[in-house]
Amino acid sequence: MILRLENVSKSFGALKVADSVTVSVPRGEALGIIGPNGAGKSTLFNLITGNLFANEGRIEFLGRDVTRAPAMERVRMGVGRSFQIPQPFEGLTVFENLLTAAAFGRGGREAEMVDDCARILEETELLRKANFVAGSLSLLDRKRLELARALATGPELLLLDEIAGGLTEGECKALVATIRAIHARGTTIIWIEHVLHALTSVVERLLVLDFGRVIGIGAPDEIMASKAVREIYLGLEV
Amino acid sequence: MYRMTTHTRAGAVTAISAPIFIVAALALPAVASRGVVQDLFFILTMLTLAQIWNLLAGYGGLVSVGQQAFVGIGAYAMFAGVILLGWNPVLAIPLGGLAALVLAVPTAFFAFRLQGAYFAIGTWVIAEVTRLLVAQWKALGGGTGTSLPREATSSILGTDAIRTLFGLREAAARDVLAYWLALALVVAVTGGIYWLLRSRLGLALAAVRDNVDAAQSVGVDTGRLRWAVFLIAAAATGLTGALVFLQTARISPGAAFAVTDWTANVIFIVVIGGIGTIEGPILGVLVFFALRSALADYGSWYLMTLGLIAVVVMLFAPKGLWGLIASRNGLHLFPARRRLTGPKIEGGI
Repeated sequence: MILRLENVSKSFGALKVADSVTVSVPRGEALGIIGPNGAGKSTLFNLITGNLFANEGRIEFLGRDVTRAPAMERVRMGVGRSFQIPQPFEGLTVFENLLTAAAFGRGGREAEMVDDCARILEETELLRKANFVAGSLSLLDRKRLELARALATGPELLLLDEIAGGLTEGECKALVATIRAIHARGTTIIWIEHVLHALTSVVERLLVLDFGRVIGIGAPDEIMASKAVREIYLGLEV
Repeated sequence: MYRMTTHTRAGAVTAISAPIFIVAALALPAVASRGVVQDLFFILTMLTLAQIWNLLAGYGGLVSVGQQAFVGIGAYAMFAGVILLGWNPVLAIPLGGLAALVLAVPTAFFAFRLQGAYFAIGTWVIAEVTRLLVAQWKALGGGTGTSLPREATSSILGTDAIRTLFGLREAAARDVLAYWLALALVVAVTGGIYWLLRSRLGLALAAVRDNVDAAQSVGVDTGRLRWAVFLIAAAATGLTGALVFLQTARISPGAAFAVTDWTANVIFIVVIGGIGTIEGPILGVLVFFALRSALADYGSWYLMTLGLIAVVVMLFAPKGLWGLIASRNGLHLFPARRRLTGPKIEGGI
């Protein structure tokens, strides 16, 4: 297993945003996470990346207990992430965004990272705009930059947070193709997404969250057919 | 196939001309009047403070309004070294840097718990508390302040050599010494900041400034970086404070901890020159000096005019005067941007 969460809980005062979450992710898997807004999906990502610390439970990455490890340590171990609302380093260029991620995420010298950054920029269709200031990018390019910057950290586990949200059908298709190619190279992916057709075209399993609790996990067809999921997530009366 | 470069033609010109400027500036007291040397001392010390504040706010996102705490404590530490320990004033200057460094530790401990405007106000409050505490220090004149003893000012290290070299009186020789030390400090601070920006720490600083969460998510140790920048900036500010008050040879809490002189004016210089660039404070300090000289006889109208100019620049040229120049001509005298060169890459910066 690359990632294991055991009874992980997180509360903000009386509000429980993660409630005894237990899940294991094998190396090389693509796992999708769905759930209504406010279900605790992004919080779960923050707990995995170390941007938040769990109140209870245990998180293991590559067999090591990282429950209390800070975010930067987890990045260096191989946890890369994108944010739901793109958060580029706006004053830096696209290339400098990647260079920062590569130099600090992997801990190497800048000069050694140049070719790899260029390769990632090409793969995410940002090479043409490498020297553009990130603050000047369109939404699609900002989403691409989120993905590219996460890849530049050299992740073994890639966490994608609603990366297809707000894109047109054509843009979404292109992004899905890129994510598929990354997954095909063996990178483990956990992907939170509301664009279900994009998500289910990539992931092997789906996990459903509601009020911070796991209410289902399994093959996408199975999950989408489940009565509980249709009631809670899709809002359908069954 | 792909290469990274920071090279610009203007940068090459800077690399050649900077040593010439420095040598010319060193030789200037041979031909310049005492008034010119004093004006240049003022410009150089304000430029040092502006570069340091620019490092904090423009690169590190730490908008401190309490830098006068470090100017004041640095100056008072130098006076304490001279009056209480009997040190030579020049040798007591490093005490100023050390004292500011020590003060910066509890300041950062409290201020880093605050964000944005609260951080700014917090640093100001800490500076005021420091001023009130120093005003209780009776051995250094309490609230009314004190002067460097005559025997200390007449035996400042190096002034005898300067008197012989230029045939100057004692006070003028002290001005030349202070000017040379200010020149050394501004070169060290500007050069140090430029080196930092070109190192990978420069990327990390910009990342922290733009987005702390995202910086953490790519492996930047944001906490340690902010501490390091704050402490280094405090020490350099303390050295500058010690130097400023070595030249005046007179200190009081009101003058040493003046928010207008050591923070508001410094912010004005950085804002009108261009925040987040090394060139901005250089241009800003020249504009500030010109305005100060032109408006010196107009009392409070001087400060009101400065404020008005700052507001107009912030509204119509948020990147400052240097930002206007750079956006029109692409001029970067201190290039630190990494550009990727190779096939399929379009213009950009």
